[in-house]
Amino acid sequence: MDHLDKLESKSVHILREAYSSFDKLCMLWSIGKDSTVLLWLARKAFYGHVPFPLVHIDTHYKIPEMIEYRDRLAREYGLYMVYGENREALDSKNTFPDGKVGRVECCRLLKTEALTHTLNGTWPRYRLNLVTGEYELDTNTDAYTGVIVGARSDEEGSRSKERYFSPRDKNNDWDLDDQPPEFWNQFKTDFAPGTHVRIHPLLDWTELNIWEYIERENIPTVSLYYDQGNGTRYRSLGCAPCTGPIKSTSKNVREIIEELKTGALSNIAERSGRAQDAEDGGGLETLRRNGYM
Amino acid sequence: MDELLNIVTVGHVDHGKSTVIGRLLADAGALPKGKLESIRENCRRNSKPFEYAFLLDALKNEQAQGITIDTARCFFKTDKRSYIIIDAPGHIEFLKNMVTGASRAEAALLVIDASHGVEENTRRHGYFLSVLGIRQVSVLINKMDLANYDERVYRDICSDCRTFLEKINISPDSFIPVSGMEGDNIAIRSERMPWYKGPTVLEQMDSFATIAEPEQLPLRMPVQGVYKFTGGGDSRRIVAGSIDSGTVRAGDKIVFYPSGKKTTVKSLEVFNAEVPDHFAAGQAAGFTMNEQIFVRRGEIACLESEKAPHVGVRLRANIFWLGRQNFSADRKYYLKCGTAKVEMHLEHIERIVNASNLSCQLRQYVEKNEAAECVLRLDRPIAFDLAGDIDQTSRFVIVDNYEIAGGGIITEAMNEYDYDTRNIRWSGAGLSAEDRSRITGKKGLVVWMTGLSGSGKTTIAEETERRLLEEGYPAFVLDGDKLRHGLCSDLGFSDADRAENIRRAAETAKLFRDSGAVVIVTLISPFRSARESARKIVSGDFMETYVKANLETCINRDPKKLYKKALSGEIRSFTGIDSPYEAPESPDLLLDTERWNEEECVETLIGAIKSRLLGR
Repeated sequence: MDHLDKLESKSVHILREAYSSFDKLCMLWSIGKDSTVLLWLARKAFYGHVPFPLVHIDTHYKIPEMIEYRDRLAREYGLYMVYGENREALDSKNTFPDGKVGRVECCRLLKTEALTHTLNGTWPRYRLNLVTGEYELDTNTDAYTGVIVGARSDEEGSRSKERYFSPRDKNNDWDLDDQPPEFWNQFKTDFAPGTHVRIHPLLDWTELNIWEYIERENIPTVSLYYDQGNGTRYRSLGCAPCTGPIKSTSKNVREIIEELKTGALSNIAERSGRAQDAEDGGGLETLRRNGYM
Repeated sequence: MDELLNIVTVGHVDHGKSTVIGRLLADAGALPKGKLESIRENCRRNSKPFEYAFLLDALKNEQAQGITIDTARCFFKTDKRSYIIIDAPGHIEFLKNMVTGASRAEAALLVIDASHGVEENTRRHGYFLSVLGIRQVSVLINKMDLANYDERVYRDICSDCRTFLEKINISPDSFIPVSGMEGDNIAIRSERMPWYKGPTVLEQMDSFATIAEPEQLPLRMPVQGVYKFTGGGDSRRIVAGSIDSGTVRAGDKIVFYPSGKKTTVKSLEVFNAEVPDHFAAGQAAGFTMNEQIFVRRGEIACLESEKAPHVGVRLRANIFWLGRQNFSADRKYYLKCGTAKVEMHLEHIERIVNASNLSCQLRQYVEKNEAAECVLRLDRPIAFDLAGDIDQTSRFVIVDNYEIAGGGIITEAMNEYDYDTRNIRWSGAGLSAEDRSRITGKKGLVVWMTGLSGSGKTTIAEETERRLLEEGYPAFVLDGDKLRHGLCSDLGFSDADRAENIRRAAETAKLFRDSGAVVIVTLISPFRSARESARKIVSGDFMETYVKANLETCINRDPKKLYKKALSGEIRSFTGIDSPYEAPESPDLLLDTERWNEEECVETLIGAIKSRLLGR
């Protein structure tokens, strides 16, 4: 077994444990490379099927190509595709692009708030009708008790402290200082009513591993990751107003892998294109303690 | 991809773990340029003595900026391979995190202060390493500079430490006298201790072996799930799980434990990859079966040709406890071993290993951060191996009120019936069925199965019995044929004898029922009146179950070749041929074996039995 086989086996094991342990399970899909690898791993684990809903939090400021790609893959794979949003903040223009709040507050409203209420079912969820291609109100309003997330421990400081199965309390809070022990392939699969568990199958993967796996498995990704000829590309995807491209001429997966291996990016953090991190003091800990992914 | 080894550093707080690692990184040239100088400068300006431990903290801050990897882990590379050094907290409050970190390690460095010797957390960490199954350990006797590099100090601690570690089955690869502060024997051989001929820390690290997946051991594949996703016309039924040890290929004869069910592997299953020749230890696997037997999560797939695992409900184990509430006999827990999860009670503590001094106390609870040897009792059987045979399937965790609160390894499979008789006060006199039920938590029931010969009574009854037993219900099949060979061997097939046969069966069933068993009686019992009198004898908790199949079907099935004999006149008074069968008009449960397969009948019956037991 090479290192990708080992990472894949461990992730598949975790996904299968999650599927057996949580009857109200969902997977968050940000459309980025990590959660798309996660989606692929789910198809590995369940032999081409994805036996739980994919949830996307739509800020309505995502780069349009991301949404097109989401719906195309959802129809191709026959996914139970759901999105949620913060309608109130959008309608009252309580957003950074509208100039009413700062970047971090905008993230809190459009992502964290929307996520909390989408996961616990108190705000409407919209499900893709695979026949018509339209989104319709999802009649299932159950709170999800297991939420699969594509976080990696090498992304930034606070994520390195995560467990594979990480509990969140009723307020969606993460008690970073008193985390449960986790050993021998045994995970926290029991939870009190009202709480839920975040599941992190990609914790041990690095950015390089993700691209190596995308190459090996030939996983479709959004073209924004590649230089289209103007010498820039996105390294990390988010909302259009707060996500900028980096200088790079990598035009395909192979070239990105070379770029990562030769260390051309080794002194630049992966999320350096994300403006909200800088506003939060260089880390995401404030946002993450309150439920940000 | 080069080789990677996970190493954990453990030891008593302030014995110098961080200094040793800091020094290692510095002397092996693993630090970013200028790092060392900038920290020295920082110390000078703040009038602090420079310490190598600051290096680690400085690196941690740097890592928190999002460039390198992990706050609890250091990355490090030698000419031979890459390392992840897991810096486990020495403070007792963080034992939970130490266990989490150390469980991923393949080797450990146990750091001991030369001027203090073996202390509380040295022992505690050592014991935990032993239970976690970390076999490669090197002991670093640190701060030798403060002990004048004295060989005698080194020898004394070695001897102390060896005695202690031997008791917990750890034989260290080396005892290295070092000074983290001065750099002796870390990456560079010390000239101040010419009497020491062993390896330096760096040499020792490179000589640790990476742990290979146990492919050579018998197959153990705990079943995570049996998948049948019908989307897109997929008709495969796939047994999925990760392989803990051994290998499996198409055509292999499989036995699932604890159920003992057998099948052969039809095909290995993968997605978006070529079907491999075999799956081996470490892989997430899946296969289809030739015989569509009922298996489920919690069983372990093994090869018929290899050594079988143990199956049982009582086990002796070494455990460590991390829970806030004491581990005690009066609480209910769950044990998770492989993919099995069963209710568990602490039956008996044999010895509290106060991990800090390995003394034994007799006390019937285990406190937080203590270890113990104890006997555990499960509510239903699981399959497992013993520590040392196959480590992966000997390991379990204990769940207390939603939290993983402890872990352990199974050291012995114990007989279910060798109770310590001092603890049992069991007298039948004067106890009613209700009294018993209150004490045992088991409620009895008589399932009276009636139907033609060949209708499927015995098949359904035996499978139901097996599954109920697996789930912890004391089930028992009272088979008509068996009764006739023993208790009722004096009876024939006249109407009067048949009535007497049924009376005896009913009385026997009632006794079993009162003892708390689920008794499944399989008797043709063709006459309505006889069944009614059986119901009266049993008086309550009686479930008449009609196993239905028409005569023609039964004649075709004829499993015991009795219809053939009856039709040829060889035997007489045979129900359906020359003696009538009075089908129940309104049975408590109907199982139509012509419309439903065995599996559906069994599932239905088990469902009905559970409802009755729950009083619904």
